[in-house]
Amino acid sequence: MTDTAMSYPAGKEAGQAVRKKTSLLEVDALTRRRNAAESRFKIYGIVAILIGLFFLVALLYAIFSNGLTAFNQTFVSVPVTLEKSAVEQAEASIVKTSRYNAMIDQALVAELGRAGISTDMKPADLRKILSSGAAAQVRSFVLANPGRIGETVTFELLASSRVDGYLKGRVTREALVNDKNLDAAHLDLVDQMADKGVVEKRFNMDFITGSDASDSRPEQAGIGVSMIGSLYMMLVVLFLSLPIGVAASIYLEEFAPKNRFTDLIEVNISNLAAVPSIVFGILGLAAFIQFAHLPQSAPIVGGLVLTLMTLPTIIISTRASLKAVPPSIRDAALGVGASKMQSVFHHVLPLAAPGILTGTIIGLAQALGETAPLLLIGMVGFIASNYPGSLASGFLDPNSAMPAQIYEWAKRADPAFYERAWGGIIVLLLFLMTMNIVAIILRRRFERRW
Amino acid sequence: MNIKALLSATAVASVAFAGAAIARDQIQIAGSSTVLPYASIVAEAFGENTDFPTPVVESGGSSAGLKKFCTGVGENTIDIANASRPIRESEIKACAEAGVTDIMEVRIGYDGIVFASDINGADFAFTPTDWYKALAAEVVVDGKLAANSATTWKQVNDALPEQEIQAFVPGTKHGTREVFEEKVMMQGCEDSGALKALVDGGMDKKEAAKKCITLRTDGRSVDIDGDYTETLARLDANKAGIGVFGLAFYENNTDKLKVATMSDVVPSTQSIASGEYPVSRPLFFYVKKAHIGVIPGLKEFAQFFVSDELAGPDGPLAQYGLVSDPELAKVQEAVASETTLTH
Repeated sequence: MTDTAMSYPAGKEAGQAVRKKTSLLEVDALTRRRNAAESRFKIYGIVAILIGLFFLVALLYAIFSNGLTAFNQTFVSVPVTLEKSAVEQAEASIVKTSRYNAMIDQALVAELGRAGISTDMKPADLRKILSSGAAAQVRSFVLANPGRIGETVTFELLASSRVDGYLKGRVTREALVNDKNLDAAHLDLVDQMADKGVVEKRFNMDFITGSDASDSRPEQAGIGVSMIGSLYMMLVVLFLSLPIGVAASIYLEEFAPKNRFTDLIEVNISNLAAVPSIVFGILGLAAFIQFAHLPQSAPIVGGLVLTLMTLPTIIISTRASLKAVPPSIRDAALGVGASKMQSVFHHVLPLAAPGILTGTIIGLAQALGETAPLLLIGMVGFIASNYPGSLASGFLDPNSAMPAQIYEWAKRADPAFYERAWGGIIVLLLFLMTMNIVAIILRRRFERRW
Repeated sequence: MNIKALLSATAVASVAFAGAAIARDQIQIAGSSTVLPYASIVAEAFGENTDFPTPVVESGGSSAGLKKFCTGVGENTIDIANASRPIRESEIKACAEAGVTDIMEVRIGYDGIVFASDINGADFAFTPTDWYKALAAEVVVDGKLAANSATTWKQVNDALPEQEIQAFVPGTKHGTREVFEEKVMMQGCEDSGALKALVDGGMDKKEAAKKCITLRTDGRSVDIDGDYTETLARLDANKAGIGVFGLAFYENNTDKLKVATMSDVVPSTQSIASGEYPVSRPLFFYVKKAHIGVIPGLKEFAQFFVSDELAGPDGPLAQYGLVSDPELAKVQEAVASETTLTH
């Protein structure tokens, strides 16, 4: 390497001060400052990423540590004798399920005797170990299998939320001092029953497939029905917002003249994308329920509202991907005699499709996690209690959505619902992650660059 | 044009769906978040014990529910509104203007309002007077109104612990707030003689009453617009706070909350039923009579709700925290004969 600093014309003027010699190999103060600034900036960047990662990890830790327990549930296996006279008597009363409790009480006492656990607790008091939904569980079995009346059937009955909480470490003996739903004596029994294998904690599929339950039996609540509600809403959003959004973007991008009017439309679309989602809820209440007389709390209305919310996102991303197709493709198509429409549908649209799909999936994922507009159209509350019977009723019958269900659980009084809210978040996150991964894969596989 | 065609297609689809929606077979309920747990317990049992589908219950607050209730008669309006306070005259009028004329009022029982603090905190034995003196915006000092300057509970009442005054009170959209103002603040105002002093001082009676229930806004009293879970979270963050809860919520969270006595009575379903505990209120639901016979199972649901098996003292509602109505038989009779509000 030649030393360039040395190549000053020598002896130009004797009186002139000789300029300080510098070298590329020798780092001077200015360069050092610039280098230091650069490495500082790198550190800032890394710190920013680490902070982000820290929050992500903290969030995921909170979600999973609080929510994973929701997927396990405590069951008590009890052989219940379904005597014909008792069943007939129960079916003749107004609140039929409450009459089944007597059968369960008997069975529970007998089962404790068999397991060699002695207690002086009254049967009605003993029942507090079980969910108040146990009677309904037995009754629905009887209704489904009338042929088995008279037999002894072993039921896997849900334990009450506090027993479940005890086995999960949430409920302690001290915490039950003022509690009228369960006593420490019950917990002693539960310990013995767990030893004998009568009480068991295991994976609870019903949390994923089940319906919402009332405030008195959190152990029975599941996210399944609201998942179906979310699914129907997403169908509405997909089948409305994709065609409308793509048609609007193609027209605006390829056909519309550039004038004040289209500029105005463009500005409005960008504005709509930034409108808070609750506004769409108010609009939906006024337009779809009060004006168009669509049913309350129905996924069709939820889907329509979320369509309005998703449209701007889809239009913006579709226009961006149409813009990304080089003009030469259009020119070439037009040059060989294609009509404008043929050039768009045969050449531009297929090339833009991966971008459009990615935008749509991200828009759908955003809509899937939205709660605020659903508050106003009556989809939050004790709603997700019936499985839809048919395709039409899936759209029209009252239902909730996953984020609305999570919100509802988070505000209920029994702390057992809190755990289920976190569990619901895990399910929702899995859906969102799957959708985003599909979007990334589509983009990676099909995107073309010029 | 594309867009136009799509828009009209959407409109057609909407109308088609609206047509299909005429056959609603599910009861729809909305209103008070205090009544929601009870309504959901009954709805669940109703679905299990009858051939009707499980009714849906929305939350949102008494006022919001009654407003929805009064939008009109028809399939796309709700059938029942839950309320933690009686319907107002203005609401009955709004209902009538929208065509909702025959309204059945059903009282399901009573609910207690309790004052609770962090489980590890000090014990409190309150009287309404303490709350009035601690939370009123202006109190009477030497016969004159002055801004409330109390900072600890001990300053208000020597028997109370030396703890900063910090109260979390339900916001104004809650029915609970009304009861708190009437049964605690107003009562305290009267008991302490402040009301009399105000009226004697030449103030209009109505205005004096308003002064009694106006809460201070210097941060010592915080309005909670959300649900009791939010109040609980605030207490968790501020261990010195006192929160206002419903009895049922407290009974589900006895491991985190310590309940205070009011006028030396411990709140419980028994002490509320006997009338000893002073801060309680009736809970209601309102049925649109025009929907009976149109929406399947509506009358059956109303009867089921107030049946002895559910709303009685040994039923699941009492188990959850409802104080059952001593005059339940009268309510059952009124529901059976579809008695409507007279005005």
